Amino acid sequence: MPDRAGGAIFRGKLLPYALVVPQLVIVAIFFLWPTVRAIYEAFQETNAFGTGARFSGFTNFASAFSVAGEVGTIEVTVILAVITTVLAMATGLFLAVEADQVGRARRVYRTLFIWTYAVPSAIAGTLWLFLFEPGLGAGAKVLVDLGLKWNFAVHSLQAFALLVAVIVWQQAAYNFLFYTAGLQMVPRAVLEAASLDGASKLAQFWQVVFPLLSPTTFYLLVMNVLYAFFSSFAIIDVITQGGPGNATTTVVYQVYRDGFQNGNTGLAGAETVFLLIIAAALTAVQFRFLNRKVFYR
Amino acid sequence: MSFRMRSTRKALAALLATGVGLLPATGASATSSLGTSHAGPRVTITFWSAMSGTLGATLGHLVNQFNSSQSTYKVDLLYKGSYSTVLSATIAAVRAHHAPDIAQIFDAGTATMMYAPGVYVPVHQLMSQYHLKFATSQFIGGAASYYETAQGDLDSLPFNSSTPVLYYNRSLLAKAGIKAPPKTWTQLASDVNPLASSGAKCVLSASGAYIMWTDMEQFDLWNGYPYATQNNGYDSIKNVKLLLTAKPMVQHWAFLGSLGKRGLYRWNGTTNSTVPFFTNGSCAFYENSSADINEIEAGAKFPVGISQLPYVAGNPTAPQNTVVGGASLWVLSGAPKNTYLGDAEFLHFMMSVPTQDYWASHTGYVPVTNAAANALHKKGFYKTHPSDLVAVLELTHKPPKPWTRGIRVGYLPEIRVAEASAIAAILSGKTSASSALASAQAQGNKVLAEFASQYGG
Amino acid sequence: MRERGLSQALRHGILIFAAAIFVVPLYLAFVAATHPARDLLTGVPLLPSGQLGPNLWRVLSRGLPNSAPVTTLMANSAVMALGISIGKLVLSIPAAFAIAFFRFRGRMVAFWLIFITLMLPIEVIFFPTYQVTAQFGLLDSYGGLILPLVASATATFLFRQFFMTFPVELADAARIDGSSPLRFLWSIVLPLSRTNLAAIFVLEFVYGWNQYLWPLIVTTSPHSATVVMGIQEMISSAQSFAVPQWNLVMAVALLAMVPPVVVVVVMQRWFVKGLMAGSS
Repeated sequence: MPDRAGGAIFRGKLLPYALVVPQLVIVAIFFLWPTVRAIYEAFQETNAFGTGARFSGFTNFASAFSVAGEVGTIEVTVILAVITTVLAMATGLFLAVEADQVGRARRVYRTLFIWTYAVPSAIAGTLWLFLFEPGLGAGAKVLVDLGLKWNFAVHSLQAFALLVAVIVWQQAAYNFLFYTAGLQMVPRAVLEAASLDGASKLAQFWQVVFPLLSPTTFYLLVMNVLYAFFSSFAIIDVITQGGPGNATTTVVYQVYRDGFQNGNTGLAGAETVFLLIIAAALTAVQFRFLNRKVFYR
Repeated sequence: MSFRMRSTRKALAALLATGVGLLPATGASATSSLGTSHAGPRVTITFWSAMSGTLGATLGHLVNQFNSSQSTYKVDLLYKGSYSTVLSATIAAVRAHHAPDIAQIFDAGTATMMYAPGVYVPVHQLMSQYHLKFATSQFIGGAASYYETAQGDLDSLPFNSSTPVLYYNRSLLAKAGIKAPPKTWTQLASDVNPLASSGAKCVLSASGAYIMWTDMEQFDLWNGYPYATQNNGYDSIKNVKLLLTAKPMVQHWAFLGSLGKRGLYRWNGTTNSTVPFFTNGSCAFYENSSADINEIEAGAKFPVGISQLPYVAGNPTAPQNTVVGGASLWVLSGAPKNTYLGDAEFLHFMMSVPTQDYWASHTGYVPVTNAAANALHKKGFYKTHPSDLVAVLELTHKPPKPWTRGIRVGYLPEIRVAEASAIAAILSGKTSASSALASAQAQGNKVLAEFASQYGG
Repeated sequence: MRERGLSQALRHGILIFAAAIFVVPLYLAFVAATHPARDLLTGVPLLPSGQLGPNLWRVLSRGLPNSAPVTTLMANSAVMALGISIGKLVLSIPAAFAIAFFRFRGRMVAFWLIFITLMLPIEVIFFPTYQVTAQFGLLDSYGGLILPLVASATATFLFRQFFMTFPVELADAARIDGSSPLRFLWSIVLPLSRTNLAAIFVLEFVYGWNQYLWPLIVTTSPHSATVVMGIQEMISSAQSFAVPQWNLVMAVALLAMVPPVVVVVVMQRWFVKGLMAGSS
């Protein structure tokens, strides 16, 4: 097969440009320019209304991530990403493995699980807030009856746990879908050979099946981390607003608080630069993966 | 489909035509092209408010009254969310040259606005420009002192003004054999055990969003203590330091923390309402704004009592005075010229006696002008509504000292967030009152230093 | 065999239990939406009552106090979701087509410029993007809601990958026939891409409908507010009552999740295809 990248099929002087320019314009205006702007503002200090700007060196970077409370926002973000990724992937994998073995009913279960992923995160947050509102929510009542002093507005760990629960509730479905598809790809012969070996079911799974799922696992790792880093915003804003203290303030939430609520564009700029670096790193990881799978296969 | 492309091109064309960042784009400027004469369509005045629920409906009634009283202007009332949302949305809108004409900015945003000249048109200037009667002395002492500048002028129009009061559940108190509501915190402390043993599930709760206002800012003022140095920021932008670690404040919060530990204090964070804890009969005492009187009396299925906030027993300076909380109305700069007369007329309507009369008698807010206050007294309003009088008496208990005129510290909303963190830490039982308040004070002082550096030039 | 039957039953038991756990928050939201507000003051009843119709009607026609009627918000959400999904297709298909079928200077630069946005969710640069959008005077408009979200590296990338798998003969034949590239795109490439189009469309519709942070900061009035971002205001509005109007909030929540959930469940095959396409 001729390499399409080397020998294109159509020739045209203006047409190809006309076709790519609209998208490039959007990319330039809404991605590149904001990026440059954020970098510029990260080195400026202004008041809330944006007047009296002056160069401030690295002070914004220093104060953006100086830990004011008991826990820093980077810590919160990373811990949230690790815990939700592990839990959501484990739940998704477990349910996918179970569903894979019930034959055609698998499709029914897919429908029963897929819907939570379609629920807008903010709405998911609303449902869970209603469920666990201290003193009033049905779930909160159950926890109190179990002897827990439930008030996520003052107890940091409870707020964090609630956030984790909502994210896992949403993301488990996503992981379930991918693992279900991944399991379909595992050749039947491998499964049968493994079961003939006489090893325990669990050992068969971890030694034979799970390694075959590693491309899926790898992809899901990145996607779950991305979700915890960036898409958790809606849930946080609806349920905890980053509190109590900074217990549930992710870096994205910090940008919102500093930039939008407190009007500190310099701080928000510095934090955005940090997020860009994280996103670039994740992109690089993802790209290596895509590269391997797509370009050289 | 092609619509997207066209918009893109239009945006690009606009960019190329005007040059980066020079676009004076405002939604409001569109109205200027609609014509300035009276014959043309009405000039729209955008008014961002933070009033929801029945308060929002009452404000809506007043706006409608203004709109139907003349045909030149139409005030477009827009509920933007909580007070802090309105402030941050206004700041963002000013930066985007998309500001509303009038914004209802809460007490805590006063310094942030006031020290940003150019952002707003001072109301006293606006009024004199259009020859409308306006003087600081027309306003009740508590409101004037809170909002006036160092020169004694009002840059914004004091509007909805209330002060925290102590609500109590008469049934729960009767069951516990308590005859009168507590005058001091010591008395309240001695009511705890009778209440708990007579079956009350909770002794005390306070406003969700504004607990920092009731139990830190107003706590200090009512007891005659300063909240921050430089007379709470009135004397200077620079070198203002919070005084949260003062002994009475620490003791007060240690007491609330101990109630919390026994499960007898309820607070759900700043974004969840605590009103249901009182209206559903759980809590015996409840500190919240007097503005909620009607709402709470309508929601509760038991007799509600209202009394003055407790003060620190044995404190010779207490009780001193509380100050108004609530909001004032700011006129933003940058609007088309033909809107400002409308702004002035609308604000003048809002401070008029009939408006203030309606507002105060349909909400728990106090009338902000002396004329309206006198009119209500004359009508016998406070005879038939004794609970509304509590707030007035607190505000005027003693003439204010230089450090009880109000709180004039910059970025106060951000400071309140740090204070809320401390409150959560105390009520969770994790941190002692003194160390939590010390950490809030340190964070708050950092914010104040930032403010001084950004605003002080 | 017997043992197998048992463990199959156990498996179904586990899966059904898990599905039930997942549905609890939805069930209680539904129950709450069927009650008058006062019923929820001391807890959530376990069984529905008869107020669903009135509650839904109330929020659809009037909304919560000081918020727009939910019909308006839903209409805005629909405009935003359709604008984004259609906009992404309209922008990414020509770009992918150009990159896959043409050779022109700057082709790889264009590809990489688009590609770097792949992992740049709007949350990363929302604040400077907001400032830029404000500079264009696009705040509080459909343009502001939609335009910053229509660049899609994912879609461009997927279509490019898909176009690369087209047999060269197909395009050669078209070229020899003398039909123009655009005609080739329109009458051969697009019809062959139908399933991919549907998959991306479903995926991006849900993405657009579910947006929260971006509409939250870019809209300044109910005229362009969406239902998903509006929920937060409604929660605080509902809580400003002495008897919190959770029943109405839950009615809105149900309405807000109906379109994406129905689209995903009904068009499951395409949605999953769209999701999976991103991974390989």
